[in-house]
Amino acid sequence: MLEGYRGKALEFLSSHNVDVGDLIELQKDGLSIKGVVMPSYSKEDDIIVIKLDNGYNIGVSISGISNFKLVEKKRQNIQVSKGEQKPLKEKSEVKIISTGGTIVSKVEYETGAVRPALTTEEIINFMPEINEIAKIDAEVLFSILSENMKPEYWIKIAESAKKALDEGNLGVVIAHGTDTMAYTASALAFSFKSLTGPIVLVGSQRSSDRPSSDSPINLYSAILVAKNSPFAEVTINMHGESSDTYTLVHRGVKVRKMHTSRRDAFQSINDIPLAKVFWKEKEIKLLRDDYIKRKEENALDAKFDTRVFLLKYYPGINPEIIEYLISSGIRGIIVEGTGLGHTSTEFVDYFKKATKDGVFIGMTSQCLFGRVNMNVYTTGRLLQESGVTPLEDMLPETALVKLMWVLAHESDLDKIRSLMLTNFVGEINYRHVPEYFPRWFHDGIRLQ
Amino acid sequence: MTELDYSKIGLKVGLEIHQQLNTAHKLFCKCPTTLHEEYHTQLERYLRPSFSELGEIDIAALFEWQKGKKYVYRVPPNSCLVECDEEPPHIIDEEALSIAVAVSLALHSTLVDEVYVMRKIVIDGSNTSGFQRTAIISLGGYIEDNGQRIGIQTIALEEDAARKITDSPTETIYNLDRLGIPLIEISTAPDIKTPEQAERVALKIGQLLRLTGRVKRGIGTIRQDLNVSIQGGVKTEIKGVQLLELIPDIIKNEARRQYELLRIKEELQKRNLNKDIVKNSFKIVDLTEEFKDTNSKIIRKELEKNGRIYGLKIAGFKGIFGWQLMPNRRFGTEVADYVRALAGLGGLFHSDELPNYGITKEEVEKVRKILQINENDAFIIIVGPKEKLDIATNTILDRILYAFDGVPKETRAALDDGTTKFMRPQPGSARMYPETDIPPRRIDERILELSKQFVPEQPEIKLKKLIELGLSKDLANTMLNSLRLDLFEELVKKYSPKVSPTFIASTLEITVKYVKSKGGDISVITDNILEELIKYVYEDKISKDAVQEILLELATSKTQLNEIIKKYTPLNETELEKIIIETIEENKKEIENKKDKAFNIIMSKVMNKVRGRADSKKIIELIKKHLG
Repeated sequence: MLEGYRGKALEFLSSHNVDVGDLIELQKDGLSIKGVVMPSYSKEDDIIVIKLDNGYNIGVSISGISNFKLVEKKRQNIQVSKGEQKPLKEKSEVKIISTGGTIVSKVEYETGAVRPALTTEEIINFMPEINEIAKIDAEVLFSILSENMKPEYWIKIAESAKKALDEGNLGVVIAHGTDTMAYTASALAFSFKSLTGPIVLVGSQRSSDRPSSDSPINLYSAILVAKNSPFAEVTINMHGESSDTYTLVHRGVKVRKMHTSRRDAFQSINDIPLAKVFWKEKEIKLLRDDYIKRKEENALDAKFDTRVFLLKYYPGINPEIIEYLISSGIRGIIVEGTGLGHTSTEFVDYFKKATKDGVFIGMTSQCLFGRVNMNVYTTGRLLQESGVTPLEDMLPETALVKLMWVLAHESDLDKIRSLMLTNFVGEINYRHVPEYFPRWFHDGIRLQ
Repeated sequence: MTELDYSKIGLKVGLEIHQQLNTAHKLFCKCPTTLHEEYHTQLERYLRPSFSELGEIDIAALFEWQKGKKYVYRVPPNSCLVECDEEPPHIIDEEALSIAVAVSLALHSTLVDEVYVMRKIVIDGSNTSGFQRTAIISLGGYIEDNGQRIGIQTIALEEDAARKITDSPTETIYNLDRLGIPLIEISTAPDIKTPEQAERVALKIGQLLRLTGRVKRGIGTIRQDLNVSIQGGVKTEIKGVQLLELIPDIIKNEARRQYELLRIKEELQKRNLNKDIVKNSFKIVDLTEEFKDTNSKIIRKELEKNGRIYGLKIAGFKGIFGWQLMPNRRFGTEVADYVRALAGLGGLFHSDELPNYGITKEEVEKVRKILQINENDAFIIIVGPKEKLDIATNTILDRILYAFDGVPKETRAALDDGTTKFMRPQPGSARMYPETDIPPRRIDERILELSKQFVPEQPEIKLKKLIELGLSKDLANTMLNSLRLDLFEELVKKYSPKVSPTFIASTLEITVKYVKSKGGDISVITDNILEELIKYVYEDKISKDAVQEILLELATSKTQLNEIIKKYTPLNETELEKIIIETIEENKKEIENKKDKAFNIIMSKVMNKVRGRADSKKIIELIKKHLG
C-alpha cells in the first residue's frame, strides 16, 4: 500500500508498480539516488520520500526524475505482532489496562513508524525492572487517541478495572493519553462506590519511543502505587517536576493538565496530591492521611447521561445560547463563570426559565484556583435567585463529568442539586490553605 | 619509524566537517545562538535506550538504568523549553536552511526537493531528547584540490549538542547553551589520498564556509571528523579534531595503527596461532591472596577498597602487547582502552611491561608460575571490584581474539598530541527515524531567494577585492585565510578610510601574531578588544603606533584595557614640547660630545618616554626645532 501518497506521486509510483518498502533507484540532476520508498507525510503531492542507506529520509519531487527503476521489492513484510497474550504462569498483582496513547511503544527504524507495544511481555521487555516490584498482567482494552475518548468507553474501562480488582489484583494501572486523562479519572472516581485497591491512570508527555521519555518512570511508579499504596482511590500518576526525580499521585477529581507539553503538566488544583513517589528508592511518601482506604469489595455503578454542556462565559456571549441548548435536549449546564462565579446579568432570565424547566445550572470559575462565592456581588445573588447552583471549588471538567453521572441517576432537580453538592470522593475541598496556590516566578525573569 | 608509502598501503580519507552557523536563532527554536556560563536552574534526567534497541543492547545494561547515570542540565539564559525537552521543536530555522542551501550550491551539490528532519539516537546525554535532530539538504558535489576533484557525499543541517561541563561515572553535567545551535555538516567522499591533502581540503572547505559570512569563530565552533582506512583495514571514525594542523598527524598515526594491526595479524599466523588455541588456553586466576603484601601502590589502593586481582593467561602472545602501534600506544594500550571504556576499570598490566609499577620481579615470577606461563605466552593483570573484573575479562578476550581479524570497527577520539584512542565500537545501522514533530520543508523559491545573500564568494574574487582595498598581496592572502575575515570587513565598513584597511588587517593578523610570539595570552584579545582599539584610533584617542604596545601589555599583564589605555592617551603639543625640552636639557653633555648624532640620541630617548603617545612625525619636527 502506498501509505500517505496521493495525486502525482501516487500515480507515478503505481505506474512503476512500486510500493512502500521497495528499493528503488533514480537519476536526477545528474545524480543517482538509491533508497527505500517510505510512507509519505508530505503535504505536497509530487514528493516521494526515500530513505537513503545512511538512514536519512529525503523528499524528491517526481519532476525531473529520469531512469526511475525498481531494484528490489520489499524484502520482508514487517510483521506487526498481534500482541498475542500468553496465559500467565502465576496470579498477577497489578493489572495494566491500556486504552491508547504511547506509554509503551516501539519504533520500527525500517519505516519510522511508532506503534504501541502493549502485551505483558512487551511491557516487561520495555522495562524489565518491573519484575522487581510486581507481578503484572496486561490487557489492551482499546487503542484510541485521548481526544477520541467517550463516556461509553469510560464504562468499559470501569468494568475492566473492576474485573481486575475482583480477580485479586492489588491495584490497576490504566495507560491513557494525557489530553483527556483527567476526565476519565473523574468518571471512574464517581463510578466506584468502593474499591479494594487504587486505580492509577498514567501517561507520558514525551512519547516512549525516545530515550528521554517520561513514560518508564511514570509507569514504574504507577505500578508501585497500584500494588503498595494504602489508598483505594482513582488517581493520576505523572512527573512531579521537569526533572526525573519523583512522580505525584493526584486525586483524580482534583487534577488538571496545566501545560501543553511539560512533563509536570499535571497538577492538583485547590488541593495537594496524595503522595510523592521516588522511583529510584521505590518509596511512596504519603502527603496526607485523609485518603479513602482499601475496602472489602468493589462496587461499581457506571452510568452517564451525556446531555450536558460546559459553557465558558466571555464578555459579549449571547444569552440565547441557553435557549438553544435546552431546545437541543441538554439537561444540565456547567458554567465556567468569571471570578467568584458570574455571568452578565442578561443571563438571569434565561437561567430562571431553564431551571424552571428542570435543567440544572451549576457554576464553577474560569479562574480554576479558588472557590466560587455568589454572595459577594449582586450579580451572584441574582444568579442564585434564578436557580444557579454554586459548585464550591470543583474544577469545571470534574463538575461536568459528575453532572453526567448524577443525571444518569436522578431527574428531580432538587435531588440533582443535592447530589452535585455531595462530596463523594474528595472533589470538593471545604478548606483552602495558602499553599494550594502555586508560587509563580517573579524575580529577575531571564528574557533574551 | 619511516613514513609509510600511502599510495602503496591504499590510504583513503574522508572528512566530515561540522561548522556552527552564526544565525540569529537556534535551529528549532527562537533562542539566540550565544554561549553563557551562568544558569538559572538545572534539570536532572536519566536516559534509557528505547525499546527498539533491545537485542542490540545487553539486557543487563537495562537493569543498570535503575542505578543509572544521571545527566544534569544547566539551563542558561539562551535556552527555552525546547532545549529542556519540555516543548516540541519549532519548524526549521529559515536562515540556517538558506545558509546550508548557499553552501550546497557553492559545492555543486544537488539540493533535495523537500527536507526531512530525522532523529539520530545518541544516548550519552548530550541531547536532552536522547537524539540529535539532523536533515540532509543536498547530495553529491565536489571541491577541487590541485586539479583533483574531491567528491562531496552529503551536506546536512543538524543541531549542536549540549556542552559538557564535568563528567564522572555516575553523573555528567551539561550546559544547554550550545544545544540547538545550527551546524552544517559536510561529508566528503573517501577521495583524499594523503595526510597533507586532507588538511588542504579541510582548510578549503573551512574558508568557503567563512566566506558565507555566517559562521561562528573560536574554539569548538568547527570540528572535523576523519574517516580513515588502508587496504585490508577498516574505515575508522575519528571524532573531534579541533585543530586543522593536527589532521596530517592523526591520519599518519591512524594509518600506522591499521598497518601495525595487520602486521600483528600476520605475525600471529606465523606463530601458528588461531582463535581456538587462545580461547581454549585462556585462563583466569584470582591472585588476590598472592598480592596481599605487595608494594605496588596501584594494587594496594584497590585492595584497600576490597578489590580483587585477576591474572589472565594469553597463549603465544609474547611481545604482542608491547608492539607499538603509534607513538606512545602499544597493542596493550588498545586493550587497556577497551577495558576502560567498556568495563570501567582504570587499565591493566601486561607481561611485556613488567616488572614495573611497583610490581617486583619476584611477583612476576610467582604469577608466571601460577598461570603456567611458558616462554612464548603473555599474561595480563587486572585489579578492581569483582563485577567489573568479570566484564573486563570478557572484554579483554574479545579484543585479543580480534587481533586475528586485524582492525576492529571503531570510533576513536582525537587527542591533542595527534594520536587517537578508542571511544566506542561503531554503531551498526544508523538508529534514525523521522522527527514527526517537524513537518517536511520544501526548498522553495523563498529559501532559494534568501540563500542568495549567503552564497560564498569565489576566493580569487575575494582576494581581488581585498587588494583593491589597498592591502598588499601577502596581507590580502593572510586576510582571506583569516578566521577574522568577517570582523575585518565589519571594521573596514565602520572605520575606514580614516583608519586604513591595511592597518586594520595588520592589527588583526600581524600584530596579534607578534603578541603571541612574545608569549602573550592571545585568548584575551577578543573581537570586542580589537574593535575598541580600532575605534580609539578612529577617534584619535590613541595613536596607531600605540596599538601593538597596548595589545602586548594586555596579553602579558592582567591589567584591564581601560587602565592600559590611560597610559597611551596622546600628548598635546605643549606636553610633548615640554618633554623634548627636558630631554635636551638632561642630555646636554652628550649632545655637545656627539654633535652629529645629537638628533638620533634625543629621538630615541623621547620615543622611549612617550611610547606611542605622540605621532613620530610631530616628534621629529619638534626635536629639529629645539636642537636648532
